[in-house]
Amino acid sequence: MIFLNYFISGISLGSIYAIIALGYTMVYGIAKMLNFAHGDVIMVGAYVCFYAVSRYEFPPFVGVILAMFVCTVLGMLVERLAYKPLRQAPSLAVLITAIGMSYFLQNTALLLWSSNPKVFPSIVGRGAFKLFEGKLSVSHITALTISACVVIMIVLSLFISKTRLGKAMRACSEDKGAAQLMGINVNATISLTFAIGSGLAAVAGALLCSAYPTLMPTTGALPGIKAFTAAVFGGIGSIPGAFLGGLMLGVIEIFAKAYISSQLSDAVVFAVLIIVLLVKPAGLLGKQAQEKV
Amino acid sequence: MRKVLVSMLLVLAVSSCAFGAAFKLGGTAPLTGGAAIYGMAAMRGAQIAVDEINAMGGDVKFELRYEDDTHDAEKAVNAYNALKDWGMQLSLGSVTSKPCEATAAENFADRIFALTPSASSAAVTEGKDNVFQMCFVDPNQGTASAQYIGGKGFAKKVAVIWKNDDVYSKGIRDTFVETAPKFGLEVVSETTFADGNDNDFSVQLTEAQTNGAELVFLPMYYQPASLILAQAKAMDYAPKWFGVDGMDGILTMEGFDKSLAEGVMLLTPFNSDATDARTKNFVAEYQKRHGEIPNQFAADGYDCVYAYCQALTQAKATADMSAEELCAKMIEQFTTMTFNGVTGENVRWAANGEVTKDPKGMVIKDGAYVGLD
Repeated sequence: MIFLNYFISGISLGSIYAIIALGYTMVYGIAKMLNFAHGDVIMVGAYVCFYAVSRYEFPPFVGVILAMFVCTVLGMLVERLAYKPLRQAPSLAVLITAIGMSYFLQNTALLLWSSNPKVFPSIVGRGAFKLFEGKLSVSHITALTISACVVIMIVLSLFISKTRLGKAMRACSEDKGAAQLMGINVNATISLTFAIGSGLAAVAGALLCSAYPTLMPTTGALPGIKAFTAAVFGGIGSIPGAFLGGLMLGVIEIFAKAYISSQLSDAVVFAVLIIVLLVKPAGLLGKQAQEKV
Repeated sequence: MRKVLVSMLLVLAVSSCAFGAAFKLGGTAPLTGGAAIYGMAAMRGAQIAVDEINAMGGDVKFELRYEDDTHDAEKAVNAYNALKDWGMQLSLGSVTSKPCEATAAENFADRIFALTPSASSAAVTEGKDNVFQMCFVDPNQGTASAQYIGGKGFAKKVAVIWKNDDVYSKGIRDTFVETAPKFGLEVVSETTFADGNDNDFSVQLTEAQTNGAELVFLPMYYQPASLILAQAKAMDYAPKWFGVDGMDGILTMEGFDKSLAEGVMLLTPFNSDATDARTKNFVAEYQKRHGEIPNQFAADGYDCVYAYCQALTQAKATADMSAEELCAKMIEQFTTMTFNGVTGENVRWAANGEVTKDPKGMVIKDGAYVGLD
């Protein structure tokens, strides 16, 4: 039973990684760039949601919508100001800009909201579903996060494979130059990708902080890195891969803590990552393709 | 006549200079960043003491300056250098341990005396004759906690959750685990976390619970502690909780459900409920200025300035002395004097810079700190 409890803890942690990883993988899959500022957009989303719900007492649902709106605008703005001018630059330059953007957002948040940790009000309360006469419990937030992940995963996959805009995205991902020659507005398409990715970040922020309720300007940074790892683990660029990678990373982390050593859990997680990448260099569900970074 | 006038003016100028001169007191602290709550408190406490001392009009006057180090060792050294350029004569070191280990080395090399309010790791004072602490050194917090828990009979079986990438947490944990058996305590579970995996504590808590821990010892800062308390509640695990001075501040977190911290015990040298005139006066002034009850860091900052005042008065030091001269005098004073402050009576320092005073047990009751004794 303890094993099952640990498994559920792993799934709840993993579902958070998964939902962040979806944003990473989406932007990477289309724009072929690593948006390291993704974790910090998550943090901004969480703050917007926090202020809306705690200070202005909006219902949580409205708070999340508001956060999605702010993050979408922010994501497009970041893309416009920091990444678009570098469209023709080497990918290394874009990567560094993204890291710079990440620090910029963190420090702006420090100035705006100060460093004092805030306790985030859960958007679905702190209850749990009890199974097997209360021996197992799955918190509401975990159930919500997993359902949100699955819904987002299906909607995104359908959007990318079925709609015209989705086709335009795939075309840009394969060859920007050729896509442009076919009459696709590459800049608008990439901008849309960032808008979607950042909107997802807001949802991830609200869920992350509902599950682990302290909110600080650095809240998004470390989970962001872990989620990036999860995205690579599952095969970066692949949407189901991000989901699978996130869940597996969470479960491995909790099991490593429980059965190997709490001191070595991160070492174990990354050792598993290395082994997976040695065997399958493109990640679990990734397509074999040329890497640009 | 003109000569007389000139010399009179000169005398006036010199005397007013001597009268207005103040000791330049500098310190670095996290004024922004995750640890800002400690830095701001220590700085505000020190400022109140400086204002009080200056208003008394005695021989000793201070000019206080704090620089932000954001709880980062590298930035702390930059901040220290800025203070040195300003002409700092006496130093308040740094507020948090990691930065203070870096600035203390500079203090030692530059022969500028330092008295840190709250940097508690042993490495801060180790091998430096001119760096002193107002707070307990970490190893002593571990021993004192074990002694307190065992002595009061709070529990027999204890679990420890500590942060293994933090010198503060590790220092306390090491001596706690080492001395626990002496006081009849059995450490039944010991688990860790670090930056990057400090969100989920279900494993640590489950392990403590299955091993039958009646009390969980949390040598850490309050931010992860708040997550631990919330997750323990979610899994219906209700042991006794015992924290150290880093737990101070948990009640002032915005949005924190204070009922989670109900019954949490912590060891801290400062009790804002104490009824002595000194504490009452300090708490009232702090509340008037900042609208909240001062925590232990504020009290440490306050005491540091008063300890300096006492030492400087006894040494008959004047503000025109160089930092190096003052350093020698301060070492002599601090190793021999006895100080009474808001963080303890009969406070004494050993030659290695460590402080001796009695810790006070506190418990959180109805969302406020109450003395345990």
